Amino acid sequence: MMLYWNIFVAFFIPGILGYGGGPASIPLIENEVVQRFGWMSVQEFSEVLALSNALPGPLATKMAGYIGFEVGGIPGAIVAVFATVAPSLILMILLLGLLYKYKNSPKVKRLTLYVRPVIAILLGMMAWRFFVDSYDGIGIWQTAFLIVAGYLLLERVKVHPAFVIAGTLVYGGFVL
Amino acid sequence: MVNNEGEVNEKKNIGKNQLNLFLAFFRVGIFGYGGGPGSIPLIHKEVVDNYQWLTDEEFGDVLALGNTLPGPIATKLAGYIGHRVSGITGMINAIIAVILPTIFLMIVLLMSLSSIRDFDWVNGMTAAVLPVVGVMLAVLTWQFFKKAGKGMGWIQAIVMSAVVLVLLEAVGVHPGIVIAVLIAAALLKPDKDRAKEGDRS
Repeated sequence: MMLYWNIFVAFFIPGILGYGGGPASIPLIENEVVQRFGWMSVQEFSEVLALSNALPGPLATKMAGYIGFEVGGIPGAIVAVFATVAPSLILMILLLGLLYKYKNSPKVKRLTLYVRPVIAILLGMMAWRFFVDSYDGIGIWQTAFLIVAGYLLLERVKVHPAFVIAGTLVYGGFVL
Repeated sequence: MVNNEGEVNEKKNIGKNQLNLFLAFFRVGIFGYGGGPGSIPLIHKEVVDNYQWLTDEEFGDVLALGNTLPGPIATKLAGYIGHRVSGITGMINAIIAVILPTIFLMIVLLMSLSSIRDFDWVNGMTAAVLPVVGVMLAVLTWQFFKKAGKGMGWIQAIVMSAVVLVLLEAVGVHPGIVIAVLIAAALLKPDKDRAKEGDRS
């Protein structure tokens, strides 16, 4: 029982302190899992992180699920994922519920308007980071080719993103 | 056994909603490379374009608030949208769909591989996906920027974006703080037309 409590604590803290989504909570998870509870060595943790990065899906929950499973089996995995996801999700549902109750209030309409440029900039910065990472990894020509091909398929031919990503994975597996 | 057709239809609809939620977030989970942020364009595609569970405006609000709150973004979006579409069951369903496939994959791979080095070919695959996800994010950026321009006027949108960009990139303010301040400003600023605010419910 103590073990599950520890797992809960180890993932609850990164979940509520990790501002900026999953990637921001990685160092916090490392702090709990490696430094505080000693469930893994730094080496093991970095291998888990490397594999997490290579696989699709949200990062923090993948880490939580795997580490929870290693430490405490399937119940451990469930506890770790719950601790990662639940606190901020509950807060979000409550706050948005409150917001939509006053949906027609000019204040809330103004809020929607005000946050739009910030969202645009945040998304733009993310896009930029993805381009830079790609440039660092596979160089300018492959990056440029994939950007152009991706844009044409997604926006001109209107192929569903899932197919474009699947196609890109095949391309990357064979060519890169 | 069936005595009420309406009830059966309703049940069918709920079942269909659950199935759609599962499929939508399952696709997001297995095609969203680059962690949570990489899956935002996919969530947008499924939730706004494909199933129309949220409007573009609502998606923007949800994304903004999700960014001000701590914790992983993809599961926050999945959980909230699942909850909106069909309550607690929908919430659990969407979260499971988005995280379970890859957690499972990860456990299987880490148990079966003797060393992470056996996994190099996957890195090539992932590397190719990054620029494509970048394109999706850039397209979504443009959509939000266009909306901002139409909503508040282009000049104000450009000035505001520039200020935000400087704050985030050059000054290094955390995005959560910028959004929180803007939300506070929107809610606290006195209204010109108070009379209208009365009929909010």
